[in-house]
Amino acid sequence: MRQNFISLQSIARKEINRIFRIWIQTLVPPVITISLYFIIFGSFIGSKLGEMNGYSYMAYIAPGLIMMAIITSSYSNTVSSFFSAKFQRNIEELLVSPTPSWVIILGYVAGGMTRGLSVGFLVSIVSLFFIRVPIYSFFYASLFAILTSFVFSLAGMINGIFAKKFDDISIIPTFIITPLTYLGGVFYSITLLPDFWQTVSKINPIVYMINGFRYGFLGTSDINVYIGAGMLVLFSIVLFSVNLYLFKKGIGIRT
Amino acid sequence: MDALSINNLHKTYNSGFQALKGVTFDVKEGDFFGLLGPNGAGKTTTIGIITSLVTKTEGTVKVFDIDIDHDFPAAKKLIGVVPQEYNFSIFEKVQDIVTQQAGYYGMERSHALRNAEKYLKQLGLWDKKDIIARELSGGMKRRLMIARGLIHEPRLLILDEPTAGVDVELRRGMWDFLARLNAQGTTIILTTHYLEEAEQLCNQIAIINDGVIVVNKSKKSLLKKLDKETFIFEIKEPLTSLPPVGDTVFHLLDETTIEVTIGQQFALNAVFSHFNQHNITVESMRNKSNRLEELFLEMVHQ
Repeated sequence: MRQNFISLQSIARKEINRIFRIWIQTLVPPVITISLYFIIFGSFIGSKLGEMNGYSYMAYIAPGLIMMAIITSSYSNTVSSFFSAKFQRNIEELLVSPTPSWVIILGYVAGGMTRGLSVGFLVSIVSLFFIRVPIYSFFYASLFAILTSFVFSLAGMINGIFAKKFDDISIIPTFIITPLTYLGGVFYSITLLPDFWQTVSKINPIVYMINGFRYGFLGTSDINVYIGAGMLVLFSIVLFSVNLYLFKKGIGIRT
Repeated sequence: MDALSINNLHKTYNSGFQALKGVTFDVKEGDFFGLLGPNGAGKTTTIGIITSLVTKTEGTVKVFDIDIDHDFPAAKKLIGVVPQEYNFSIFEKVQDIVTQQAGYYGMERSHALRNAEKYLKQLGLWDKKDIIARELSGGMKRRLMIARGLIHEPRLLILDEPTAGVDVELRRGMWDFLARLNAQGTTIILTTHYLEEAEQLCNQIAIINDGVIVVNKSKKSLLKKLDKETFIFEIKEPLTSLPPVGDTVFHLLDETTIEVTIGQQFALNAVFSHFNQHNITVESMRNKSNRLEELFLEMVHQ
């Protein structure tokens, strides 16, 4: 067990060093992007809009924007780091060692979560320049941030395992994650939608993440937060199992 | 005890290409074992299976009696590998690359740092420990991979063409290092294209061709198989002709260079006696080609 812990520490240290070594690529861009969202949607357009669920538009979208940064950063860290380890073949350093697959997966996920949560923290700091968002429950805000970052780090890992070329690491974020995030209630309450589209929206897992996180700040949510947390735990188990299965079969990593 | 025991190893890739067709060989503990073969013969696939980078189709592999199908992690702890191509992150510092690798083997950081210092010093890289790996020369990168392969003190070290692209002086230095390591008890498996290297270092040699082992013998008994050898003599005084001795013919390549091919039944002393009889003074002599190279070509073209 001690050996596995040292292995995990080594992978996590390497991943975290990488994030902070190239911070201009890993930490700064999402902060700039989300700041622009705050300026354009929150400040310029938001000031012309009325309240949303009893809160100013800026206050309403702030948790969603922070969560959006966490989602994209967590995902992109594991997918790009794992794919580049495959591309440069330094993944072989790990594969030839006795490190179990679950430790390798958790090591990369630790990197993804470090970047996701660091970016989330930075974006939260930036949001203070625009609005003082209240914190209803620090526990729920942290729980949903951590679980979401875990889920998307695992999802990025799966993408990294399957990716064979650099194009493959941007297909899922562009065509699946970004649309689901925009439609996941970052900018609006899904209660504004017609019944049919509300039901459709509830199939979108990001709705649960954003609403759960928003509940931590505002104490309001379009969904039941317990169901939301349960869904995230379920996603974590499923995605972790898929990762383990792919490692066991050697798909994308062994010939 | 066998450091490595491979039995009836087969590998067929998804493309249908059959890289290994029943490879069987053992490596005794303490051996310096040479695995030779032309490009595409199956050397790297065999190493890939031993180190888990390639999944086998059939057969068994045991490392110090540990079957990789039963306890691969335990077997992996005993193996160090130095791959053919650079496979470290070129953006990291030399010392970080080796200490991270130690961490993957569960080694405590203080121990890893001590070992990093030991091996980086032995391989002449200690003064480069804080350099980013991409700034190293080709020879330094090779040595870095050896240090990384040794960091967890494996009992079996596998080197896949470790001196490819390395200059002569550095290659000799690496030979000395590997010979010392072997003398200290580490079993070494070496694949190489430089047959001189295998002849110099290995005590046991296997030749693999087209996915099968065509020969596996001690170097001594393998070289005994050579029934003839060609020597080149540089002589002092110019010569126009030299009569044969029995079936042994002396070819004059130019007036001061003689080439002679002698069989096992014909002692080199007889050649010198013949030179003495004709008042020929030999200034130098050398083998026309590497002995193992001749055998190798013979084996793979059979």
